[in-house]
Amino acid sequence: MTEAVPSYLSPTGQEVVFLLLGAVAVGSALLVVTTRQLVHAALWLVVCFGALAGCYLVLTAEFVAWVQVLIYVGAVVVLLLFGIMLTRAPIGRSADLDSGNRLVAALVAVATAAVLVTVVVDGFRTAYAPLKPGAGAARELGASVFATWVLPFEALSVLLLAALIGAIVLSRTDIPGGPPTDESGGD
Amino acid sequence: MAGIPGPRGGAAPEAAAEAGVRANRRAAWIAVLPTAASAVLALWLASGPGLVYLTGAAGPAPVGRTYGSIVTGGVPISLTLQADALSAMLGVLVTLVALAVQVYSVGYLSDDPRYPSYSAFVSLFTSAMLLVVYAGDLLVLYAGWEVMGLCSYLLIGHWWEDRGNSRAAVKAFLVTRLGDVGFLFGIFTLGVAAGSFRVADVLAKVPEMSAATLVTATMLLLAGVAGKSAQVPLHTWLPDAMAGPTPISALIHAATMVAAGIFIVARLFPAFLAARPTLDVLAVLAALGMLGAALAALAQDDLKRVLAYSTISQLAYMAGGLAAGGDRPAVFHLLTHGAFKALLFLCAGAVIHHVGSNLMSRMGGLRRELPITFAAMTIGFAALIGIPPASGFFSKDAVLLAMERALSGGLTDAAALLLYGCALATVAVTGAYAARAWLRTFFGEARAVALPEPEPGTAHVVGVAEAPRTMLVPIVLLAVPALLLGFAGSPHVDLPLAAVSVVLALLGAGLVYAVWRADPLADPARLLGPLRGPCARAFSIDRLYATLVARPVLALARLVVRTDETVVDGAVRGSGRSARGLAGVLRLAQNGNVQLYVSGLLAGILLIAVGAVMLT
Amino acid sequence: MHIVYPVVVSVLLFSVGVYGVLARRNTILVLMSVELMLNAVNLNLVAFDVWLRDRLHSGQVLTLFVIVIAAAEVGLGLAIVLALFRNRRTVDIDHLRALAEPDGPAQPPPPSADGAPGASGAASTERGEGAL
Repeated sequence: MTEAVPSYLSPTGQEVVFLLLGAVAVGSALLVVTTRQLVHAALWLVVCFGALAGCYLVLTAEFVAWVQVLIYVGAVVVLLLFGIMLTRAPIGRSADLDSGNRLVAALVAVATAAVLVTVVVDGFRTAYAPLKPGAGAARELGASVFATWVLPFEALSVLLLAALIGAIVLSRTDIPGGPPTDESGGD
Repeated sequence: MAGIPGPRGGAAPEAAAEAGVRANRRAAWIAVLPTAASAVLALWLASGPGLVYLTGAAGPAPVGRTYGSIVTGGVPISLTLQADALSAMLGVLVTLVALAVQVYSVGYLSDDPRYPSYSAFVSLFTSAMLLVVYAGDLLVLYAGWEVMGLCSYLLIGHWWEDRGNSRAAVKAFLVTRLGDVGFLFGIFTLGVAAGSFRVADVLAKVPEMSAATLVTATMLLLAGVAGKSAQVPLHTWLPDAMAGPTPISALIHAATMVAAGIFIVARLFPAFLAARPTLDVLAVLAALGMLGAALAALAQDDLKRVLAYSTISQLAYMAGGLAAGGDRPAVFHLLTHGAFKALLFLCAGAVIHHVGSNLMSRMGGLRRELPITFAAMTIGFAALIGIPPASGFFSKDAVLLAMERALSGGLTDAAALLLYGCALATVAVTGAYAARAWLRTFFGEARAVALPEPEPGTAHVVGVAEAPRTMLVPIVLLAVPALLLGFAGSPHVDLPLAAVSVVLALLGAGLVYAVWRADPLADPARLLGPLRGPCARAFSIDRLYATLVARPVLALARLVVRTDETVVDGAVRGSGRSARGLAGVLRLAQNGNVQLYVSGLLAGILLIAVGAVMLT
Repeated sequence: MHIVYPVVVSVLLFSVGVYGVLARRNTILVLMSVELMLNAVNLNLVAFDVWLRDRLHSGQVLTLFVIVIAAAEVGLGLAIVLALFRNRRTVDIDHLRALAEPDGPAQPPPPSADGAPGASGAASTERGEGAL
């Protein structure tokens, strides 16, 4: 695992591409959390997920990249956009998307980043992996999933079923116990 | 007997009054019989030494016993009682005057619902005074001293429903207490220097004590003497103490309690003789007191206040005699003064009982209505002025002789001269005020005073008869020693001095008589001219004390209260408020904002992680 | 490939996600930030899997599982948000203060929280049991 570590000053082509894609991901993530337009936040999220899929590709995890695009960009973002629409979110600029805890949150986030980066860089300075394609192919992963990880896989499908039923129950308006549009008193 | 609420009865008022009368009668027997028994015992005790104290001969050894000892960690207190020549004489004086007063009070307060407690306090007072007289240990004496002060307070405030009376009682208590603090420290100084509080031990150790110790101790003791015996500057309580019933004035404030100060100086006389500065101070205070009080007595309208200032003046006389080195003449004067002043007060009580008012401007021409009282009071005034053969003549002469002897030694020249001069002047002024009181009360025309409108259905009963038997008998009995006590103890009269004093007294009396003859209705005090106002107010010393002492103390008390409210209570309230404020700050952690909670959580986790990495 | 690069990118993404969770007012934006955090975790897993050349491919398989769970979570989360919207007419987190302690009598002035103008005129009561 720990072979001779090439120097940091001569990056390979893969590294350069990865770094560019990583910059795009982090940049669009920043825009997600700071933009004033709600819908733009969702769209920047798409960019972020896309960049991350690219990162996975560079890291030779092609099946994961494909699933990322399929599920995240295809399903999750669409769900989020539906949610934005159904909660009558303001379209266009709205000034009050940031709460009053901004400063505390920024401090905590910066502190988290500092601590983790320090720890990570200090710990994995000498970690180097020569990238060989093929380890993340569908055939390999499929064989691994259905051989070693079949039990978690089945549990996961049950979990999906539970989530589905739960979402349906939570969204129904004709089940007693939850007043549908009661906004006066008792809230 | 003004303003006493009648006995409230649940049953018919007559039944309640009956019960009250029976209770009073029981109390009267309980009061009089033991006092009479103690008088008999005191007389028996005094039959041994007799009057040797006055003659200066050596008497029999003191008898006494120690009943126990209290260990204090320092100097022990021994519970010793001792009777020697001096205390035997004074014991007789105390018990006889107390007996007279108890019998008199039965008549004076016959319809007072609080008579039982009154007579009980008088008995308590008598026992306390006897403790002072017969104590062989200074702290036992102090205990009796303090109980006397307490009884004086209780008895002056007998009619406490009237606010003025209770105020006078508190004033008496506080002023004498002020002196008692110095007195206690004087006792401590003497006791520690002598290694024992017993009087015999202290007197034996006096020659060995340093002059500084003796001067300090005697000066401190003087404070107590000034308080109890109403000397300048602690004399202001005595005129106001006349708010109490007249028998109390006779007992406490004429004959016994005020004599306690003189007694203690006579008792510890060797210590005082060795401390010259103290004697000088005593002489100056006595000189100022005797003349000032005599002048004040000349201007008073209230008969009892005249007698009160007269008491202050006569006590200053005795104190002056002590300062001049004559303890035996001073104690002799104490005895005669006890007799004639008690007599004067009891007669005044009879007069006031008859007239219904204390003021001499309401009296006049009473010699026809109150013959026995008139005769007794004449004897009393004669003794006060010092006219032979009344007892006062002999004792005053002895005191004056001692003061004249002090001119050539014993005191500093200035003090001795001042004392002698003031004493002679006081003789004259004493004659003046005594004559004024006598003339205004018993001579002249009878004043008709309009009585208030009686209630419908009742009528005023004006008593034209003299006082009841229980009041007259003690008066008559006291007139005897007032007249004859001077011959006891085979006194020695210095003729030139005696002649001078009698002439001065008659001069003063004659002047007042002349002024009075000119206008019998007007007050002879007008011969004081512009001085009359200050004299009537006793030179405004009360007002001076109020401004110098009472007002600052009250202001300080108010300041303390305000500080307590704003600073101390403010700190307490402020701590509450700051706790609330702090709690308000802490409440921010529960303001419902979930993102704040999670921020706090993450911040804590980061801190723990960093801490774990840094510290390990 | 130095593994530091993907791991640092993942750390930065994670921090951005933390900021978004703590600072954004709209609940849906909070959900988006949670997705960012999950993606950061996924990148981390894949990077380490590539480095360690795990025979079980546990990193990448777990990444797949995380994606699946994230999708389920988004679905449920949005259902909750919709129920919340139906009850309170708002998805503004600052208006959802049912966890706060109720004010007692005679309190000092309440801590100056943000005074939200109120995106929708919902009754934002301090105490309330609320279906949420």
